[in-house]
Amino acid sequence: MARTDVQLMLDVKAGDDSSFDFLLQKYRSPLVNFLNRMVRDQATAEDLAQEVFLRVYRARKQYTPSAKFTTWMFRIATNLALNSVRDNRHERMGVSLDAPTDGEDSAPLELPAREKRVDERMVERHRVEVIRRAILSLPEKQRAAVVLHKYEEMDYDEIASILECSEGALKSMLFRAYETLRVELAPLVSQSAGPVRQRAGERRPS
Amino acid sequence: MKCEDVEKGLIAYAHGLAAVGERRDVEAHLATCAACRARVGEFRVVSTLLGEVPAIEPSFGFDARVRQKIAAEPQRGWLGLAWFAPQARLVLSAAMLVALTVWLVKLPANPSHGTVTTPTAMAVASPSDQDFDAVKDLGVLENYDVVTNMDALSQLVPAKAPENQKPEPNRTESND
Repeated sequence: MARTDVQLMLDVKAGDDSSFDFLLQKYRSPLVNFLNRMVRDQATAEDLAQEVFLRVYRARKQYTPSAKFTTWMFRIATNLALNSVRDNRHERMGVSLDAPTDGEDSAPLELPAREKRVDERMVERHRVEVIRRAILSLPEKQRAAVVLHKYEEMDYDEIASILECSEGALKSMLFRAYETLRVELAPLVSQSAGPVRQRAGERRPS
Repeated sequence: MKCEDVEKGLIAYAHGLAAVGERRDVEAHLATCAACRARVGEFRVVSTLLGEVPAIEPSFGFDARVRQKIAAEPQRGWLGLAWFAPQARLVLSAAMLVALTVWLVKLPANPSHGTVTTPTAMAVASPSDQDFDAVKDLGVLENYDVVTNMDALSQLVPAKAPENQKPEPNRTESND
């Protein structure tokens, strides 16, 4: 029978470092992806993820299973990400949203017109980058709420616990975030709205 | 219902996550509000677009770097005393503060600063204070010695006085 995360953490507390390795294997990818969507580059995301694991390990002796393990771990990750974003905010003040981020090519970012679709992969990269920048344009806490909701597929109760707010406040936060994204991604939304509306209509007979 | 009354539930509804009551309220509103119907449709599109951002893989050596950091952690002592290090500093600071407070309270009162000298305070006066009092009264003592040993006075008939009463020095004369 597979051990739960809480049981694994209690085993780490008892001195079993192999259980910590198990948690590392299980959560390195979700954590790095969560942090990568919260900050601007993968290197920073990985540094923060390493710090999360280090803090989890340091806290093993005091660990008590008062909450879900993922709630506790993602709260550490969220706080680190929010601090990192706030600390680096001044560095971004003069950076245009159109400027390429680390690791990208320096091609100008614009929505591809249909007649320019000579390279599907290039178009896809631009599209993903537009979406990624729209996420990064959100205020930090709204960004965390969207990422935890959409990508980590956590329920409202757990996200509210991680962000230390009420469920009502979380719902308002998500609504404001999606409103911003709807505006930021308006060209893509208008491109895609027709087919999606049709699909939605097929799913939900009126 | 107004748009503001249901907007908090729109994201959950758009994702198919609304509770029964919330879904009923939203659907009742959407039946009469074309703007919110369009908005819910666009929220669904936004959600689909967000799903296009691919996941990344942690770089090679990520686990090794985590293990390296953990290996570099200072080993905790018996009962994990290292964890108490910050608390120990706090306790030490508090102890020093208490000691300083006790020392300040125990300091003797300084008469020169207008403190009334009580018999108790006199009893605990330092040797330097006693020397000062002796020097201060030295003139009176010398005058008393001169007057009591004056030959002319020895001719006088001594007044009857109680046996235990000693003669008082004449401060008026001595101060002349």
